[in-house]
Amino acid sequence: MADVSTQAQKQVIEVAFRPDIHRPLAAANAIGDVTQKLGLFERLSEKTWLRRLAVILVLVIAWELYARYASNELMFPSFSNTALAWWEGVRSGVLIRAVYGTMQVLLLGYAVAIGISALITTLAISTRVGTDVLATMTAMFNPLPAIAILPLALLWFGLGVTSLVFVIVHSVLWAVSLNTLTGFLSVSQTQRMVGRNYGLKGVGFVLRILVPAAFPSILSGLKIGWAFAWRTLIAAELVFGVSGSSAGLGWYIFQNRNALETANVFAGLLTVIIIGLLVEGVVFRSIEAVTVRRWGMQNS
Amino acid sequence: MQQTNGRNTSPSEPLLAVDGVTLQYATRQQIVTATHRVSFDMYEHDRFVLLGPSGCGKSTLLKSIGGFLSPVEGEIRLKGQRIARPGPDRMIVFQEFDQLLPWQTVLQNVVFPMRTAGRFARGEWEDRARAAIAKVGLGKFVDAYPHTLSGGMKQRVAIARALAMEPAVLLMDEPFAALDALTRRRMQEELLDLWAEIRFSMIFVTHSIEEAILLASRIVVMTPHPGQIIAELDATRFAHDQSGSDEFVSFHKQINGMLFGQQKVANG
Repeated sequence: MADVSTQAQKQVIEVAFRPDIHRPLAAANAIGDVTQKLGLFERLSEKTWLRRLAVILVLVIAWELYARYASNELMFPSFSNTALAWWEGVRSGVLIRAVYGTMQVLLLGYAVAIGISALITTLAISTRVGTDVLATMTAMFNPLPAIAILPLALLWFGLGVTSLVFVIVHSVLWAVSLNTLTGFLSVSQTQRMVGRNYGLKGVGFVLRILVPAAFPSILSGLKIGWAFAWRTLIAAELVFGVSGSSAGLGWYIFQNRNALETANVFAGLLTVIIIGLLVEGVVFRSIEAVTVRRWGMQNS
Repeated sequence: MQQTNGRNTSPSEPLLAVDGVTLQYATRQQIVTATHRVSFDMYEHDRFVLLGPSGCGKSTLLKSIGGFLSPVEGEIRLKGQRIARPGPDRMIVFQEFDQLLPWQTVLQNVVFPMRTAGRFARGEWEDRARAAIAKVGLGKFVDAYPHTLSGGMKQRVAIARALAMEPAVLLMDEPFAALDALTRRRMQEELLDLWAEIRFSMIFVTHSIEEAILLASRIVVMTPHPGQIIAELDATRFAHDQSGSDEFVSFHKQINGMLFGQQKVANG
């Protein structure tokens, strides 16, 4: 609008003629290397695990330095003492048994939850009502902390593995279902039509089109579910200790706190962290490497 | 238009009959009439092009032939059989590049419909797939994943995947619309070469008059709001590289006039 006055002047600008130019191309071998290799440092810094290892190293050094400075083994044991306590726990088998006990319950609960989740999301995606029901249920139950229903679980199933499995299922089920359902719903219309074009429907359609197409989302649901299951179980073990025959990691931590073996408490926590890192960095990353990253559905 | 039992379609009977078809689809607020009583007959080996501006219902019509949408009036018959649901006898090539399943390699993508539809003997799948991929010039890329391919290559794989099934009719929904102009041009020529070799029957949807004339043996010109067929034109006289000829230009003008004139009336 501001240009109305200048437009009104109608200044005519001509572009002067310039002759064509033709250039001979340089021969390919005269240009030299088109690609060049990166330096060693640049290549190493491309490795994600190496960068993360550096972060862990820095944290460990900071821990050790602070503990030595504070010099209070009862409240804040140093890394070296924690590592010693950890090694002692592993060697004596106490820590191994604790991890084994926890893992057993954890994997059982996790597997049951994934099974139920697969069933209800498959049922839910087939109809619009089902989708609404599941979406509402996940919205209701996902924010409810699993540990909050532990008293109820104890009332219903008593003091034992069943109660633990129940709270784990609760913590995993909604997170996984929510992610799976969201993944299913965001599968592109084209890919759905491709599947139906081949005559796929029902469970075959879900398994062969929806599940792989929504796999990035399902995988992140599984990761979140795994983290939730860990937290829930450790917390539950802290609350009621021995479950059935095996005492878990939570109980190990709780017991050592009572005995004021703080280095052992740290060793227990360190174990939780190590297992978490292993599952995230090895198990889930390998699954990602052969699936979503190979398929170009996820970049990092 | 008499009913046939669908066994043997002699050349005098249409392969695909679209008979007084009215299509409607629902959006969140309203029911839209996409086409109003459109009819045409398509014969075997036809390169049948549905041409029209956006909103003329050509893609909706193609989806209905694909079995994704039932007509509210009229019916569509393939070899005399009423089309009721999607099926692999009508393989579709879409415009979107994500029609290739990203979790499968090129070879797996081409084998996949044979496996799910139980078409051909199990032992033939891979050979047929490799042959089809080689035919579109991607023999070196059988084990590549789709995300490593360019847009044109992805569309070639989609065409190979559809042709390997030997469908009764190949449905193409603006398959080259998302490609750059140079690739698009090459793909059109390759498609014609493939047709010359295999003589498949296809319905091709486009909004480009030039593409329609280049590819079609027969052009259906559609106008929007709601979609209706204004003309069905023969285009067999135009071969590959005639896009500059006087006849091509005047044909182009004729179709342009049909679409442009009608649009003015429709818009008031």
